[in-house]
Amino acid sequence: MTDLHGVMGQFPNAQSLMHAAHEIKTRGYIKTDAFSPFPIEGLHEALGGKRTKIPMIVFFSGLFGGTFAFSVETFANVVHYPLIIGGKPYYSWPAFIPITFELTVLFAAFSAAISMILLNRLPELYHPVFNIDNFRTASRDGFFLLIKSTDPSFDLEGSKQVLAKAGATQVYEVPN
Amino acid sequence: MSNHKPLIRPDASYGSVADEIGNVVLTDRFKPGWIVGVCIGFALLQVLNISISWLLARGIGVWGLNIPVGWGFDITNFVWWIGIGHAGTFISAILLLCNQKWRTSVNRFSEAMTIFAVMCAGLFPVLHLGRIWKAYWLFPYPNQMALWPQFRSPLLWDVFAVSTYASVSVVFWLIGLIPDFATLRDRAQNIWVKRLFGFASLGWRGSASHWHRYQTAYLLLAGLSAPLVVSVHTTVSFDFAVSILPGWHTTIFPPYFVAGAIYSGFAMVLTLAIPFRAYYQQKNLITERHLDYMARVMLATGLIVAYGYIVEAFTSWYSGNVYELGLFATRLKGPYAPIYYALWLCNIILPQLLWFKKYRSNTIFLFIISLVINTGMWFERFVIIVLSLHRDFIPSSWGMYYPTKWEIGLFLGSMGLFVTLFFLFIRFLPAISIFETIELLAEEKGDLKHD
Repeated sequence: MTDLHGVMGQFPNAQSLMHAAHEIKTRGYIKTDAFSPFPIEGLHEALGGKRTKIPMIVFFSGLFGGTFAFSVETFANVVHYPLIIGGKPYYSWPAFIPITFELTVLFAAFSAAISMILLNRLPELYHPVFNIDNFRTASRDGFFLLIKSTDPSFDLEGSKQVLAKAGATQVYEVPN
Repeated sequence: MSNHKPLIRPDASYGSVADEIGNVVLTDRFKPGWIVGVCIGFALLQVLNISISWLLARGIGVWGLNIPVGWGFDITNFVWWIGIGHAGTFISAILLLCNQKWRTSVNRFSEAMTIFAVMCAGLFPVLHLGRIWKAYWLFPYPNQMALWPQFRSPLLWDVFAVSTYASVSVVFWLIGLIPDFATLRDRAQNIWVKRLFGFASLGWRGSASHWHRYQTAYLLLAGLSAPLVVSVHTTVSFDFAVSILPGWHTTIFPPYFVAGAIYSGFAMVLTLAIPFRAYYQQKNLITERHLDYMARVMLATGLIVAYGYIVEAFTSWYSGNVYELGLFATRLKGPYAPIYYALWLCNIILPQLLWFKKYRSNTIFLFIISLVINTGMWFERFVIIVLSLHRDFIPSSWGMYYPTKWEIGLFLGSMGLFVTLFFLFIRFLPAISIFETIELLAEEKGDLKHD
C-alpha cells in the first residue's frame, strides 16, 4: 500500500467536482483532497475540512504590532529620552497613533501571508499528484478529486469505482 | 447585469483564457514595440543613474532649492508618484471587498503599477535628505547616541506609512501571483522556464484546503490594505497640514489628497491599459466596459478634487487672514499663476467631458485625457508645495524657485525606472490575473454559483 498515494478522478467542471465531493463525503471517506484551477466556495467544507485559524493569527499579530509600536514610541519619548517638542507633553499619545496604526497593518498583513504559506506546508515542490500527466491541467481547466490510500475505508478497486460513479471522466492511480 | 456587455466574451473557455494571458509570457518572441519601449525606458533610467550620481557627488546644491523654497521638484514628484500608486490598491483591495467583478482583469497590472510608482516615489524623500547614507536614521533602532527619531513628526509618520504601504503592496501582489505561477509552470515547454515558475509557485497545486486558506488570507490582506491605502495619502497630507504655512494648514487636505491620489492613479491605469490591451490583443479581457468604469471613477474623484480646490479658496477668503488671502492672490496673480490655471484646466474643466458616453467610449480620447489629468495632478502638487513656500511671511523673504537640469533629469529618470519595470513586468509576468479571470468566467457561465 505504501507505493500508492491514492486514487484520483478527473471531472469536467466545478459543479461536477462539487457534486462528487459531497458524494464521497457521504460514503465516509475522510482523507480526501480536491484540486481546481480557482477557489470553489464550499468545496473545502464539503470534504469535511475545518475552518482555518488564519484570522485568529492575523488578529493577534496585528494586536502585537500595534502594541509594539505604541510601546516603543512611549518608551522613547517618555522614558528613555524625554524631550519637549512643539510644546507637547512627553506622553503626547495622539501623535503616536499613526505609526501604531501602520505597524498594526504591517504585522497583520505579513502574518496573513506567511501563515497562509506555512499552514499550507508550502513550499513543497514535489507532491505525488504531480506524477499524473493530466494533473498539469489542474491549473487551467482540470478538476480533480483524490482519495488517499491512508483513508480507513480505502480499497483500490472500490474507491476507483466510487469516483467513476460520482461522475469522473477518468480515474488514475497516483503513485507515491 | 444582463443588459450589460459581458466582462469576458461568452465563447471563451477556461483553457483559452489561461492561454490568452499565459502566451504573452511564455512566447519566445519579443514584440518590436516592446523592445522599443523597454529601450526608451532603459535610456531614461540611465538619466536617473547620472542624476543620482551627480547629486551624491556634489550634494543638494545641484538642485534649484533655496530659502524659502526648500521643497521643489523632489517632494512634488514624491507626492505625485505615491498618489499614482493608490489606484492599484484601490482596485485590488477596495473593489474586491465591494465585490466589483470588473476589477479582475485590471487588478494585477494596477498592483504592479502601484509597486513601481511607490518605488519611484520612495527615491525622492531619500535623495532629498542630502546625506542619503544616513537614511537609516529615520528608523528607530537602539544606538550608541541614545537618539530616537521624532515620533511626533508627520515626516516620520510618512516614513512608516510609505514603507508599510510598499511592503504590504508587494506581499499582496506576490500572494496573488502564486497560483498564476503554477499555471505558467504547467504550461511552459522549456524545462528551465518550468523550473523557474515551479520554484516561484512554491509547488502550488490548487488543493481545496490550500484555496480555503488562500482566500481567507487574500480577503484579510484586502481588508487590511483598504484602510492602509487611505492612511498613506492622509499621512502624506499631514506633512503639509500639520504645519502652520498658509496653503498647507487646512483640514480639507486628507480627504482631498486621497481623492486626488485615486484620481491620478486611475488616470495612470488608463495610460498603461489602453496601449497594452491594443498591442497585446487583450481587448477581450480589458473591455470597453472596463475603460468606461474607470472613466467614471475618474470623473467622481475629479469632482471631489474640485470640491477641495473650492474649499481651499473659500477657507482663504473666510479666514480673513492676511497671509491666507495673500497666498490666494499669489495663486491667481503671482509669478506661478499660469500653473494654477493649468491645474484647473487639466483637472477640473477638461475632465467634465467624461460626463458624456461619447467621450467615455472613445479610447483615443480617454488616453489623451488620462495624460492631461496626470499632468494636472503634477501641477497640483507643484502649486501646493512651491507656491505656498515661495512667498514667506515677510516680503524680504520672498524668493523664486526654478528647477535645474538635475531635478528635471531625476524626474524624467524616475519615469524611466517606472517604464522599464513596467515593460519587464508585462513581458515576464502574467499582467492579468489568470486564476481570477477563470473564476470570473466560471461565475458568468454559472459553473460557480454564489448564493
